Amino acid sequence: MKYLVKLVVVMFAAVLSLGAITTASADKLKVGFIYIGPPGDHGWTYSHDQGRLMIDNMLGDHVETTYVEGVPEGPDAARAIAKLAETGHKLIFTTSFGYMEPTLKVAKRFPDVKFEHATGYKQADNVATYSARFYEGRYVQGQIAAKMSKSGIIGYIASFPIPEVVRGINAFMLGAQSINSNMKVKIVWAYTWFDPPKEADAAKVLMDQGADIITQHTDSTAALQAAAARGINAFGQASDMIQFAPDTQLTAVLDHWGPYYVKRTVDVLMGTWSPGDTWNGMGPGMVGMAPFTNMPSDIATMARETTESIRTGAFHPFTGPIYNQAGELVVAAGEVAPDFPMLATMNFYVQGIDDKLPE
Amino acid sequence: MPDLIIASVMTMMTAATPLMFAATGELICERSGVLNLGVEGMMLIGAVFGFATAAVTGNAPLGLLMAGVAGLLASLIFAALTLSLLSNQVATGLALTIFGTGLSALVGFDYVGETIDQIAAIHLPVLSDLPVVGRLLFGHDPLVYLSLGLLAAVAWFLSHSRWGMILRAVGDSDVSAHAIGYPVVLIRYAAVAFGGLMAGLGGGYLSLVYTPLWAENMAAGRGWIALALVVFANWRPERVLFGAILFGSITILQLNAQAAGLGIPAAFMSMLPYIATIVVLVLISRDAIKIRLNAPACLGRPFRAER
Repeated sequence: MKYLVKLVVVMFAAVLSLGAITTASADKLKVGFIYIGPPGDHGWTYSHDQGRLMIDNMLGDHVETTYVEGVPEGPDAARAIAKLAETGHKLIFTTSFGYMEPTLKVAKRFPDVKFEHATGYKQADNVATYSARFYEGRYVQGQIAAKMSKSGIIGYIASFPIPEVVRGINAFMLGAQSINSNMKVKIVWAYTWFDPPKEADAAKVLMDQGADIITQHTDSTAALQAAAARGINAFGQASDMIQFAPDTQLTAVLDHWGPYYVKRTVDVLMGTWSPGDTWNGMGPGMVGMAPFTNMPSDIATMARETTESIRTGAFHPFTGPIYNQAGELVVAAGEVAPDFPMLATMNFYVQGIDDKLPE
Repeated sequence: MPDLIIASVMTMMTAATPLMFAATGELICERSGVLNLGVEGMMLIGAVFGFATAAVTGNAPLGLLMAGVAGLLASLIFAALTLSLLSNQVATGLALTIFGTGLSALVGFDYVGETIDQIAAIHLPVLSDLPVVGRLLFGHDPLVYLSLGLLAAVAWFLSHSRWGMILRAVGDSDVSAHAIGYPVVLIRYAAVAFGGLMAGLGGGYLSLVYTPLWAENMAAGRGWIALALVVFANWRPERVLFGAILFGSITILQLNAQAAGLGIPAAFMSMLPYIATIVVLVLISRDAIKIRLNAPACLGRPFRAER
């Protein structure tokens, strides 16, 4: 009988402590992520996942992170976001442009959940937006491309005609034109962020048409690999992809989301989170460059110098004079294009791009 | 300009090759009277097992072999269900595609973002260096030749070999073939297995040559296009060749037109391959009698041997 009582007491204690543990883990802040592709794309989604892992590493005692991968931009996205909100996630990062409306829609239903939408421009009381100034890196790439190209033709694989992508094309061309005013660009719109065979097809077609430098605004390594198979130089995208093209990758624009993710998570933990827009570049370290490889040292030196002057703020890639395709002056000599509305809503090509921007 | 044309033709051939593999296999399968809608699933299974093998062993040709074997094994599941257990072929084929999509994603999970040494284009001294014809005839990757060779072999097999005629007899009248004494079910097993092997190779081509990487659902509908190609080709091998090249060219040409800045809306261009499929299907189905004459009479019907 004594033993039985003891047993019951022990069991009761065990159940209590178990309860304590589960409530402890329930007290952990749950942070959710919505990804457009797989974390293994070694591009866009990969770099966001690296940011998520930084939260785990630094705040693992207080925070629990979850991600949903391969969420299409559309009605399904709202369901996936709502699912995270319903399962107790108090901070949700939606990491693609097309999640803008779904994020806002779900945010309305869950006023006590904080949302962070990447690359968008619409905020709400509980929706903040953030993006990185990738165009800074693309300007550097444009300069390298102009120096490295023999044919004078760049092959550019674009995803969707949104400001983010158009800005990248323009920055790239402004960089290229700063070296060689006759540089040409051929653009293929893939209308997808992640479709490796199609990205490879686009790269092959561009090379067929004489492009001898390939750059991409899609997420997989396929284009870089297709170029490498023909010994053509190309740029990595969103993360250092050098292991996929050790002899041909020139550099890559790196996305460093980690510090921002950690900061915003801490803000929620401390109760100091507020909505707004964050748009950081090389200066605060949200954008970086992979090592300058497979190029002569004088070109690497030039690239490093340009990177440095952008990082310190001495130079802005969108410094006038900048003309649009119609030849109209859009940024006066010596002036810098304003973030709003010009850079944020960019919907025109700069002069020298011999193509028509899709509607 | 000639360089552009040569380069574009080379790229088109790579786009046509996976379709050629898968459609050739499905052609044999359907000619024996079995409709296997699981091509997409078998391609994905081939792609992932081929890639995983190449990633683990570092041997891409071995990976290709495994791709074929994996496709074959997947098709045997289908064969056992439809031929031995007499399940519905359409439903079972669809299930195979869904199964293949899921299984490949599961198996491939650890291989996302891995690299392999891809199978490179061949280069024959002298021959490949000939102007114009050198690259066009002797500059493709080995699998392009393999797919063409297999298609030619299938064409010969169907029209000139004894077993080819038996296969067609089984597809056109299983009861008569059985009455004469041919092992109908066994022959169909073999035909389905060949279809699986070829679909697997087509998938392997995608993950080992086309884009040397694994990504979930990377066949992206090519299995379905291969199925449509067989109907489009009226169950005739030489038309499979034509159809695969046509489809491959449209896929590539629309990108070419964009890159050349022709000013045609890109979204419209992206639709072209699918519009072309529909148009061609409409055109050939105007002559319904001809289709019926060519289609294997027992296509999709279960067969049970009456003793």
